[in-house]
Amino acid sequence: MINSLYAVDNIVILQDKFPKNLSDFSFFEDTQAQIPSKGVIPYELISSLFSDYSYKQRWVYVPKGKKAIFNQDEVFDFPVGSALIKTFYYPLDERDLSLGKKLMETRLLLRKTHGWEAVSYAWNETQDEAIIKKAGKTILNEWIDFKGEIQSVRYRVPNKNQCKECHTTNDTLTPIGPKARNLNKVFDYQDESVNQLTKWMKVAYIDEIDIELNTPVNWEDKRHSLDARVKSYLDINCGHCHSSTGGANSTGLYLDLTENRPTHRGIYKKPVATGRGSGGHEFSISPGNPEESILLYRMISTDPGVMMPESGRSLSHKEAIEMIREWINKMET
Amino acid sequence: MQNLFFIFSCALLSFALNAKHVFLSPSVNSQEEIQEALIDLEPGDILTLEQGEYFFEDGLSLDVDNVIFEGSGINNTILNFGDQISGAQGLLVTSDGVTLRDFAILDAKGDAIKVIGADGISMIRLRTEWTGGPKETNGAYGFYPVESKDVLIDGCVAIGASDAGIYVGQSRNIIVKNSVAQYNVAGIEIENSYYADVFDNLASHNTGGILVFDLPDLPQQGGHHVRVFRNKAINNDTDNFAPEGNIVGEVPRGTGIIIQANSDVEVFDNDIYGNGTVNLSIVTYGYDTDDENYNPHPKSIQIHNNRFGDGGFDPDVGTGELAAILFELSKGDMPDIFWDGILPMNQMLFGQPDEERLIISNNGEASFLTINPIKYMLPFFDPVERDISKYDGEIKPLPEVILN
Repeated sequence: MINSLYAVDNIVILQDKFPKNLSDFSFFEDTQAQIPSKGVIPYELISSLFSDYSYKQRWVYVPKGKKAIFNQDEVFDFPVGSALIKTFYYPLDERDLSLGKKLMETRLLLRKTHGWEAVSYAWNETQDEAIIKKAGKTILNEWIDFKGEIQSVRYRVPNKNQCKECHTTNDTLTPIGPKARNLNKVFDYQDESVNQLTKWMKVAYIDEIDIELNTPVNWEDKRHSLDARVKSYLDINCGHCHSSTGGANSTGLYLDLTENRPTHRGIYKKPVATGRGSGGHEFSISPGNPEESILLYRMISTDPGVMMPESGRSLSHKEAIEMIREWINKMET
Repeated sequence: MQNLFFIFSCALLSFALNAKHVFLSPSVNSQEEIQEALIDLEPGDILTLEQGEYFFEDGLSLDVDNVIFEGSGINNTILNFGDQISGAQGLLVTSDGVTLRDFAILDAKGDAIKVIGADGISMIRLRTEWTGGPKETNGAYGFYPVESKDVLIDGCVAIGASDAGIYVGQSRNIIVKNSVAQYNVAGIEIENSYYADVFDNLASHNTGGILVFDLPDLPQQGGHHVRVFRNKAINNDTDNFAPEGNIVGEVPRGTGIIIQANSDVEVFDNDIYGNGTVNLSIVTYGYDTDDENYNPHPKSIQIHNNRFGDGGFDPDVGTGELAAILFELSKGDMPDIFWDGILPMNQMLFGQPDEERLIISNNGEASFLTINPIKYMLPFFDPVERDISKYDGEIKPLPEVILN
């Protein structure tokens, strides 16, 4: 009986209308402190999407007695009633995380009977509840970065349609992150440190699978080759749209891990309907010439008519820009 | 039968009764109000923006099937994106069967209206405009349906796009009519598309008036069945202001109509004049490509019963290669109709198959120039041929496009 007090509300997940408050789902035993309820398990991805330097905490929920099905190169096929929960926040001071954080929004992907639905809840000023924002919201925030410098961001909580812009494969809303290969790493659960896939097997969220997978590398981990790091970064940041099944398939530029044709990966590829997004450059990637490559130009830009990705970013990702610059520079011409 | 009609009428009526009609007026919260209304629409609903000017910092998007999003007139309901901070377009539509009508989108930072993957989209009496005149920093496209089916653009106005005012890409079943495209790089562009009718439009004061293009390395290519008729492609005299790298950046100022690659294109009953470089060009895609599925050559092109006027009086030899080459070959006597003559090697030697032949008939006094590529490669031969009568032939009209 005590456990049930903190159980996720399966009915709220499946009902037609989204509830007003995040706490109505009971995903958290303590919503404000983000302490998950029973059956809500934290996870991390090996490489993650850049979202204006925000930090992300992720959880997965699979209803009792059901299982997600493994797919080699796709996200797990989660059963009806599952939820993927992601909270975006900024530490007050990146040099000392114990000083606290500012919660921005919690995004939900809910597996309903007819498919996935996406919705976001923006945290209130008092940080004790997150409230549904179907039309999105702008939040101005400041934080102190690793160097002790004050940074500011015009953070955009996406509207429901913008969620779909990225989360679409073959015109169907789908999660992006939780592919087996992206989860294939050790995670520090409070009671043990263990591979996330092993943990999911243990709690019977999935059946036994072989974890010898073609796993991407953490793009930040410099022990890996530059090429592998870049591929991984482009896959998670661009490949959900820029793939032959994604929202940007009309461009012919495909940056997902499975694409190997040089032209389609951008090498000497001419722009199609790029407009001023080309920045006056001739090719997506001009080997040896990072400053003449459209791909880098659009990563650097913060002009809404030029920048990539189109949404979810208002700042430039300096560290990634440096990496891509070096990578294009070192390419054989 | 009467009973059946009665039941059908009732069904329609109840559909209409359940649908809601939402009205909004300009307010300080227009961004959130309109976006929320667009999200909350259900199939059959109508959202009307009352007369006035609405200001946005972010793009708008619509993802509900079979709704109408309308204003109160092309000059009365203004959606102003001059202060846009985020969003790659003014309005993005990703659903099927949507009608947009009677409003204007001004100064979007990227494209004004983009429609992706729609099964049915109608854009009626809309205006997209960049109000600062032709500038490289203007958004690329005014109207930009892509990967869509059953596309109608009717009575629209497109001004100032740094790529194309009206651009239909990788789509099928398309009608563009009664519209005006001015001061864009390309006025109207049909690219990698199947079955398009472009008629009763005015394309003037662009760099190039009407473009029918096909490009390699794309999911849909091999554009075919495009009819361009009863248009005015006149006085296209704006310097090319496209950012470099884009294919339209190669279009010389003063181009009436260009057909590049594509098959089965019929151009007839148009007025084409006042274009300082060339009134009409038929050309091969000019870049190397290793795309084996791509055909860079135009074929089965028919040009007939057009009215040509003055052209070629001010060739833009500084943009792209076409104008400079043509100017040199023609020794300054620029033709109304130019075909680059480039064909697959076997056809250069043995001629085009009959059904793929270029036909040019009944175009009044229009002058013509083509290059004989074999002679071009050999010394001592003049490769220029100007005899238009060789291209006379029977017209095989292409079928009319009918939208579902």
